Amino acid sequence: MEPTTALRRTPFYEHHRAAGAKLVEFAGFEMPVRYTGDVREHVAVRTTAGLFDITHMGEFIVRGAGATEWLDRMVTNHVGALAIGQALYSPMCRPDGGIVDDLLVYRYADHYMLVVNAANLAKDFAWLKEHVPAGVTLEDHSDNTALLAVQGPNAAEILRGHVPDAALELGYYRFTTGDLFGVPATISRTGYTGEDGFELYFEPKHGDTVWNGLMAAGQAHALELIGLGARDTLRLEMGYMLYGNDIDDTTTPLEAGLGWTVKLAKGDFHGRDVMVKQKADGLTRKLVGFQLDGRRMPRHGMKILSGGRVVGHVASGTFSPSLERPIGMGYVEAALAANGTTLEIEAGSTMLSARVTARPFYTRGSHKS
Amino acid sequence: MTFPDDVRYTREHEWAREAGGVVTVGITGYATDQLGDVVFVELPEVGKKLESGKTFGVVEAVKTVSDLYAPLAGEVVEVNAALGDDPAIVNREPYGAGWMVKIKLADPASFSTLMSSADYAKLVDEQHA
Repeated sequence: MEPTTALRRTPFYEHHRAAGAKLVEFAGFEMPVRYTGDVREHVAVRTTAGLFDITHMGEFIVRGAGATEWLDRMVTNHVGALAIGQALYSPMCRPDGGIVDDLLVYRYADHYMLVVNAANLAKDFAWLKEHVPAGVTLEDHSDNTALLAVQGPNAAEILRGHVPDAALELGYYRFTTGDLFGVPATISRTGYTGEDGFELYFEPKHGDTVWNGLMAAGQAHALELIGLGARDTLRLEMGYMLYGNDIDDTTTPLEAGLGWTVKLAKGDFHGRDVMVKQKADGLTRKLVGFQLDGRRMPRHGMKILSGGRVVGHVASGTFSPSLERPIGMGYVEAALAANGTTLEIEAGSTMLSARVTARPFYTRGSHKS
Repeated sequence: MTFPDDVRYTREHEWAREAGGVVTVGITGYATDQLGDVVFVELPEVGKKLESGKTFGVVEAVKTVSDLYAPLAGEVVEVNAALGDDPAIVNREPYGAGWMVKIKLADPASFSTLMSSADYAKLVDEQHA
């Protein structure tokens, strides 16, 4: 194995160790990839509930009179349309339309919180810092923020009595602040699984209080610990993006099928010109979902062919525990993006047959819309 | 983690059990632990000649894919067809029902060149440290 450089640990590291997690390096952190098994953990989130440590995610605080207008120049979705207590998913693009990161924007009464991918934290912060205008302040609060997700149909019952009652009435992509097991927290009805659930932000010094509280409250509701492995199969069954696999600096939101997050009418923003042109001219390639028969999985980077010609590449692939078949997403020439199109995927010396299918792959999730 | 004494091991985390010049080959409990849930195993055809150290198959888990390496030279005389329907046997019984191929050794004496369980345990300790 690689010589160990100083990996960062979350406040829950000792709990992961005690639970027997297999820990791996992820974005500079030592994170649990699995506790009992990817499939078992996946099924727990779909049927009961799961607890995820996602403290590695980054949190930036944006304040100032011009914050709303500035953020609307930086991201493609419409920050100005947010109510206090509402969160928004958005790509953040460069002028050439390439995606710097995909992130969440939370609107509080007097500031915004951006939640960014751990692997992009430094890049995002530098990009934002480079563009921040006078009168707007940008601070990195990542080191002072712990983040746990409770996801699954039993999530609300686990939190009942341990959060304000109003938190249990929140709609999807709504949040509130209040006591969580007696400690101050942001309680957000968001997630990356397709199930009902909450993401919980609080100070790291309260880590043990919240962890132990959740584990105790979860006992009666079959709460299981979930690693990054199942986090990936859960998000891929929903067709959610993973930065670095499905989107990156070379893909635009429109190519990725994120047109619903691109608000051309809101005014100018980084990448708008490119997206206006892509809409007018049509796309040359599109991200599609596909399903396969058998058990062999498509993997990131594999070539996609049609009629013996390379027409794209696989972005993400896995074995779907819910569908019990391989699924994936990949970029292909736009003419081959229609549902039902048959494609071939080169897996070593074997050619796999894939059918383009609508996303999400999994449609029975419990999340509130 | 403990490793059975009735098999010998490779640095690529395979095990081999010898009987009458034929070795049964699988992957170790350490390997299955690292891989996670196995969902697909690609095995060679019976009759294929294997070279020591060369890849002969693929094991895919939900999150990872790994090549299988022939521990010794020889000819494939049997493959575990049960893994086609239920590859998770590899996780449940890595040293038993989760075996992958049987190889008739080109040189029966070559078996003794593989690692003992004690040496393999040491290797795993080093890699895990």
